Amino acid sequence: MGRDEPIVLGIETSCDETGVGIVRGHTLLANTIASSMDEHARFGGVVPEVASRAHLEAMTPTVESALAGAGLRFSDIDAVAVTAGPGLAGALLVGVAAAKAYALGLGVPLYGVNHLAAHVAVDQLEHGPLPKPAIALLVSGGHSSLLLVPDVAQDVISLGSTVDDAAGEAFDKVARVLGLPFPGGPHIDRAAREGSGSAVAFPRGKYDDGTLDFSFSGLKTAVARWVEAREASGEPVPVADVAASFQEAVVDVLTRKALQACARYDVKDLLIGGGVAANSRLRALAQERCDAAGVRLRVPRPGLCTDNGAMVAALGADLVAAGATPSTLRIPADSSLPITVVHV
Amino acid sequence: MTFVLVLAFDTATPAVTAALHDGERVVAESTTIDARRHGELLAPAVEQVLRESGATLRDVTAIVAGTGPGPYTGLRVGLMTATALALTAGVPAFGVCTLDALAYAAEESGPFLVATDARRKEVFWARYGDPRTRLDGPRVDRPHDLPGELPVIGAGGAMYADVIGADRIRGPLHPSAGALAALAAGRLATLSEEEAAEIARVPEGRVDSVEKARELSVLGPPRPIYLRRPDAQVPGTPKRVTA
Repeated sequence: MGRDEPIVLGIETSCDETGVGIVRGHTLLANTIASSMDEHARFGGVVPEVASRAHLEAMTPTVESALAGAGLRFSDIDAVAVTAGPGLAGALLVGVAAAKAYALGLGVPLYGVNHLAAHVAVDQLEHGPLPKPAIALLVSGGHSSLLLVPDVAQDVISLGSTVDDAAGEAFDKVARVLGLPFPGGPHIDRAAREGSGSAVAFPRGKYDDGTLDFSFSGLKTAVARWVEAREASGEPVPVADVAASFQEAVVDVLTRKALQACARYDVKDLLIGGGVAANSRLRALAQERCDAAGVRLRVPRPGLCTDNGAMVAALGADLVAAGATPSTLRIPADSSLPITVVHV
Repeated sequence: MTFVLVLAFDTATPAVTAALHDGERVVAESTTIDARRHGELLAPAVEQVLRESGATLRDVTAIVAGTGPGPYTGLRVGLMTATALALTAGVPAFGVCTLDALAYAAEESGPFLVATDARRKEVFWARYGDPRTRLDGPRVDRPHDLPGELPVIGAGGAMYADVIGADRIRGPLHPSAGALAALAAGRLATLSEEEAAEIARVPEGRVDSVEKARELSVLGPPRPIYLRRPDAQVPGTPKRVTA
């Protein structure tokens, strides 16, 4: 660990997690998260205004806790990085306002960064420098994207993304149909362990269409139809089998297209990030298919896959190292920031 | 007399306004009217008033932000900025009701109302006995439910002049950070350091911002006055996809 590497404070507020991370280069020093998930659970999804209010409440204590956890003072921070988009506009704005004020107050450079690129950059905290290029599969409640990453600090290319629901969104909706709590991902993962992934042949959207795009809306509806038909016939719904079969359909498509991307661009390194990367079946099937294809698989530990501040700090550290031009205090929060814009 | 330099700003209305006050007068002020770019304009405005007065953040002794009520996305920019700047500078951050700052700038001799745009065909409003004394509010209501015959200060009156009556409409339309800073500086001068620290302390957990705002008539913690709950419906059973 180089003492001369920059210490970067990273702030993430694109959805319901108030994330504050601190890194020195690619060394993780703190990763503190305050989540408003419990407040959203009864609504069955993230309520933007609830999330924004929670970010404002949580920011100061979360920053203080991260600094204390890293054993640092504010004056030790060399740069501030923040998620500038994509995400919920009102939620992003709280983080961007905080980051600007920290940068202004400390007299250090500000870097407004892309949330998706940060999900890629975070893996370096655990597994070291990224191979160039790499393919990245990012799957969460808000995103399902395949990226070609020649250099995460400067060059990220979109290969495909969902044309309708994000994968994590499909997990949430199917969980509701099955009477499982929000967020659906962990509950479906758990229920699926008791069931068979081949019990029900659910459709795999865009399976053979030759693109690297995804579609999960039809799958979600197919699950709902199947469950309703069961209920109408008075038979019990085999929750474990439905969960496992739905999950199998999702991870089959995700891993199939990720490996297709590796083959098409002749890339031997696949990275999976985002909240859905915590899914045990996705990890297992991805490993199996990567092994068969001779592709190296990198998946950060679950705490770095879900939204967090360390990922933003990690990308910030890359930008500092690459000599990127800092952002001005005028940067907007951009809810639909394209992935091609790594930093604003 | 101890050195005083109050940095104040407000983002609870279409005005993005920042000012520095030295305890006696406003030394720099910047105001831009743009309802959609609070997040882009505030930090540069703070930088600008500091630069114009030849001061740095290290010289600032207190930070004050308007607590609204006002449209929430913009409002939070001001409060988050105040809290974050205060944390890095090691100085206290305070909140002042945005309507109080508008009232303070009013040139009224008798009682009056202050109203700002709450969107959804409603206004945020409060009733004042004089420019320094809030008697009722803040509240959120439809413009035709505003009480009585009193003059109405602020854009919330002007935009509903047809309902309220054009003869009751007065300026200013928007709050100025200069007024906010002067109001706060005046109040801070009457407080001991301990009292000021107690006010600035953000309470643990959530407080009912409405009660808090009424109780702390002039100077409070930098916390938003929302007055409305988030729009969200607890869903019933999932919608059926088959008939």
